[in-house]
Amino acid sequence: MTEALMPLWEVFIRNRSGMPHKHCGSVHAADATMALQAARDVFTRRGESVSIWVIPSSAITASDPGDKEHLFEPTASKPYRHPTFYTVPDEVGHM
Amino acid sequence: MSADIVDRHGPAPQAAAAALVAYVLSLADDALVLGHRLSEWSGRGPTLEEDIALSNLALDLIGQARLCYSYAGELEGLGRDEDALAYRRDEHAYRNLLLLEQPNGDFAMTMARHLLYAAFLAPYFTALSASSDARLAEIGGKAAKEMAYHLRHAAEWVIRLGDGTEESRARMTAALDELWMYTGEMFDMDADESALSAQGIAVDRGSIRPAWEATLTRVLAQATLARPADRWMQRGGRAGRHSEHLGHLLAEMQVVHRAHPGASW
Repeated sequence: MTEALMPLWEVFIRNRSGMPHKHCGSVHAADATMALQAARDVFTRRGESVSIWVIPSSAITASDPGDKEHLFEPTASKPYRHPTFYTVPDEVGHM
Repeated sequence: MSADIVDRHGPAPQAAAAALVAYVLSLADDALVLGHRLSEWSGRGPTLEEDIALSNLALDLIGQARLCYSYAGELEGLGRDEDALAYRRDEHAYRNLLLLEQPNGDFAMTMARHLLYAAFLAPYFTALSASSDARLAEIGGKAAKEMAYHLRHAAEWVIRLGDGTEESRARMTAALDELWMYTGEMFDMDADESALSAQGIAVDRGSIRPAWEATLTRVLAQATLARPADRWMQRGGRAGRHSEHLGHLLAEMQVVHRAHPGASW
């Protein structure tokens, strides 16, 4: 199996209506249709999934790990951004 | 309950009940034999993804077999449960189609066999879900959804292997050619099954042929493959006359149960 014939696809699954699709892994497949089937076969065996997205891994633009100092570290000193200063009523459900 | 304590000299079941038992057993045998064949791929699939997919397909079929064996055992009333029916019957008692016991061969052969059968079984179970027998209707409804995915999965592979490389195309062509002579048996019905069909319990197998033909025509066209020429059809599975392959399959499948009857974990 070569990477050219069977490229990598990222798999996103939504388990319940109203919830966002979540990244759950990747599969090798020849094309989008087969990637969708592979994702179904590999990642939805035990769940009550309602939707699958597959995206060519090559289409993802990722941040550079070397940039973490200026991308992420500045937020460490800003705890006031965490919504921890009030209680969320149960009725709100998922936020 | 084990088959050891079955009273073989008890009263014979009514003929109509016996016909229904035989019919449900044939559904169960079909599902178990193909399910076992697919399970032979576990750990040996061409890719990790397909390995899991093949095991999923196997588990669907084995699940269908269990439902049918349990129902057959209840109808029979001799105390045989699903294990007794699956593990304690010999080759000649099995009533599965010859197509389903054929060896996996290469991946093209496995997918060709699966397309030929799923293209039949998906619409068959859809029709069975309207059976006047509530248990069969329930089994048909559940299995129809499973088989719709089997058909989709097999069809996508047949299309890609047929319309693929020179080698994949040659292998798929050879597989369809070799298996074609086993397709006629899917549509055969004996007098008992015809009677069950007339009562709305079983499905008229002939009525499934247009859907089967339409599916094959569509998939083979997309695969740029020719439909194999019709020829003499091999039959005998429903009468317990099997190819040399079933005995080997059953030996492997039944050996643990027969060596340790009644064992559980």
